[in-house]
Amino acid sequence: MNLTLRVWRQKNAKTAGQFVTYQARDISSEMSFLEMLDVVNEELIKSGEEQIAFDHDCREGICGSCGLVINGTPHGPLAATTSCQLHMRFFKDGDTITIEPWRAAPFPVIKDLVVDRTAFDRIIQAGGYVSVSTGGAPDGNAVSIPKDDADKAMDAAQCIGCGACVAACKNASAMLFVSAKISHLGLLPQGKVEADHRVLNMVAQMDEEGFGNCTNTGSCEAACPKEITLDNIARMNRSYAKAIFKSKLS
Amino acid sequence: MSITLESKIPSGPVGIKWSKYKQDMKLINPANKRKYDVIVVGSGLAGASAAATLGELGYNVKCFCFQDSPRRAHSIAAQGGINAAKNYRNDGDSIYRLFYDTIKGGDFRAREANVHRLAEVSVNIIDQCVAQGVPFAREYGGLLDNRSFGGAQVSRTFYARGQTGQQLLLGAYQALSRQIYAGTVTMYPRTEMVDLVLIDGHAKGIITRDLITGAIESHSGNAVVLATGGYGNVFYLSTNAKGCNVTSTYRAYKKGALFANPCYTQIHPTCIPVSGDYQSKLTLMSESLRNDGRVWVPKKEGDSRHPKDIPEGDRDYYLERKYPSYGNLAPRDIASRAAKQVCDEGRGVGPGGRGVYLDFSDAIQRFGQNKIEERYGNLFEMYERITGENAYDQPMRIYPAVHYTMGGLWVDYELMSNIPGLFVIGEANFSDHGANRLGASALMQGLADGYFVLPQTIGGYFATQKNGKYSPDHAEFKQAEAEVRARTNRLLSIKGKRTVTEFHRELGKLMWDNVGMARTEASIKQALERIPALRQEFWENVNVPGSGDDLNPALEYAGRVADFLEFGELLAYDALQREESCGGHFREEYQTEDGEALRNDEKYAYVAAWEFKGTDQFPALHKEELTYEEIRMAQRSYK
Repeated sequence: MNLTLRVWRQKNAKTAGQFVTYQARDISSEMSFLEMLDVVNEELIKSGEEQIAFDHDCREGICGSCGLVINGTPHGPLAATTSCQLHMRFFKDGDTITIEPWRAAPFPVIKDLVVDRTAFDRIIQAGGYVSVSTGGAPDGNAVSIPKDDADKAMDAAQCIGCGACVAACKNASAMLFVSAKISHLGLLPQGKVEADHRVLNMVAQMDEEGFGNCTNTGSCEAACPKEITLDNIARMNRSYAKAIFKSKLS
Repeated sequence: MSITLESKIPSGPVGIKWSKYKQDMKLINPANKRKYDVIVVGSGLAGASAAATLGELGYNVKCFCFQDSPRRAHSIAAQGGINAAKNYRNDGDSIYRLFYDTIKGGDFRAREANVHRLAEVSVNIIDQCVAQGVPFAREYGGLLDNRSFGGAQVSRTFYARGQTGQQLLLGAYQALSRQIYAGTVTMYPRTEMVDLVLIDGHAKGIITRDLITGAIESHSGNAVVLATGGYGNVFYLSTNAKGCNVTSTYRAYKKGALFANPCYTQIHPTCIPVSGDYQSKLTLMSESLRNDGRVWVPKKEGDSRHPKDIPEGDRDYYLERKYPSYGNLAPRDIASRAAKQVCDEGRGVGPGGRGVYLDFSDAIQRFGQNKIEERYGNLFEMYERITGENAYDQPMRIYPAVHYTMGGLWVDYELMSNIPGLFVIGEANFSDHGANRLGASALMQGLADGYFVLPQTIGGYFATQKNGKYSPDHAEFKQAEAEVRARTNRLLSIKGKRTVTEFHRELGKLMWDNVGMARTEASIKQALERIPALRQEFWENVNVPGSGDDLNPALEYAGRVADFLEFGELLAYDALQREESCGGHFREEYQTEDGEALRNDEKYAYVAAWEFKGTDQFPALHKEELTYEEIRMAQRSYK
């Protein structure tokens, strides 16, 4: 199939960007979306132009590197699917496809479709862990955990940190991302010890990075390639309220 | 530099070597640890766990990764699980059995002492990860669940759905993040190591390129730890992430570190088959699927009926037929070769006849679709996304693909290379898997090295060193920086006609066809003849647009492929000298009557460690003889 691409090109964070139109020719329906971009890039390189820069690595939907806004939707039209796992059989000959980077102030553009997501790392650094050092851990079966809790923790822990939730949100809120980590650890006995401290620190860092607030629109949940649910945000809000009261009392 | 391969294996019975080592090792006083700067390159399971643990101990750590975040290292893509000799199943497992299975699985080409240590610390890994909050699968009683993996007759594999690597990496990433917050670790994302710096024969730092600004910088330290993964992408198509590369270990090799057993490459039997020339990577379907999936092809050549129309009697469940005691859970090298064999016979399925069926219909009938969904749901979804086929309804099509590399930089028992101060951990070293790695053992080794082994052994090195670290303004650093700049400029100035991808694809095809799943003297020689010509063409005719002063993916890629174009030759030399078949190295000339690998223990029970002698020069071979004190070498049988 032949496609028309409107791609956001931007030299760096300081320069203004713009859409540039390219033709993608002889695209097979078996290709992945990124393989289609590879084909376009090969042609650009051959004509001596710089390729379209985009983040990608595993191309299996798990590393969280890739993140394209495709026709206005983060990761494109298919639910629960990262950009790299989207295949061209979902497009048809003659389509025009618009490709943009994540757009959110805390994720400044580095070049073309590549953005800086280190704000997410700083939020995890503020408290997204259980403070145990290597060595001295009790036997893995010393504490039994109800299967239901372990499963719910795993549901939340599947977050790949891609940032689609932020890109989808009109407020550029990171609450789905932050709440997924707070739920994952807070649901397990190992993570309960520091739960108050964690939620206060992570939320403070989230605010400092400039992410917006949640207005319960739910676009983050719809865009999430790992189907992280809004329940996590409710859980985080409850933990946060509890922790705030406790810290005020003491 | 004269080279002696001293493995430094402690004396005494294999079961007490590690305890004895720890009793005897020299320590660094807690207050003195912060005076030591450690450079860790890579942030996968090995790198992140090492950087975090070294930080916890009080060392001053700098950690580097080329991805935008340490959480994205390719360990994250590991699916099936992690082995540990917990014997929670009461099925006869023990540290000794895991040790034995690993040695046997590696076709008797691994170092006994290292493997025993690995089996010993495997149990600590599970405890550590549970304490970190890794959400392993559990049973209704609340205790940890296990599954089986290839090459073992016990269930010792711990897992978190089909995303075990992700969850373990996030555990290590979170431990690392805690240390970054505490200030003991400084993280350098989007920063690629491009050279190693030696001063007076010791590893004292690295040269990096900031991938956003293009800045070439020097980082000095008291020791350098490489945790940079494997070299599977020398084949172009593999299950590795696109960014995986050999550059760090290859640059260390060019500075004098020995590269051991590069020909030991693992071809994983269950990957989604290639669908076209544009293909950029291959996707693995976890080995755990072989717990419930049955592998088959039609009995008749060229049987093009839909799989559901092929009656039971016309199907050949060849793994169950050939290896009745292990069946579909035969080890990876054996299952891969068996798949190639039936396809070579013309019985392969799917486009081009390069595929076999992995069929879940029996398991679905036995346990119900719900149970299968719970176990492998995400894998079935991924399969459908890529192929457009529903594997609950019809069998998956799978074919072997390059997946893991057992070879790597040579290290001693302390995980130090022959260059003092250069440590190598995880897939980047050669030490624990011999000629074939068992499933669910990569995660185990990465975390064993990073959490439990390196943080102990590195102190022993520091305790014996008087001269500390050097300024990054030292002449050796400046010279290395100048060389890196010159190389970058050269790549940008060629302005030829072919893209980096075209060269990489051509190299990969050459390697796969001639030094891939099956190799012969003639095919290897053909590769050795063509690689230097391809390399020369690369340096004359590659086109790398853009500049060196900003984010330039073409330039990053060109540097990595330039190294693969040299490394491929080293791999082929190693495959040529090893005139036997063992594990992932299958030389067609050396096979038993029924097509199994034929080892030659008398001549080849050694580690082949190669010394760089110059590009376009034949490298020098050094041998470390493998001595088996505990285990008797035997022909590997899974029948």
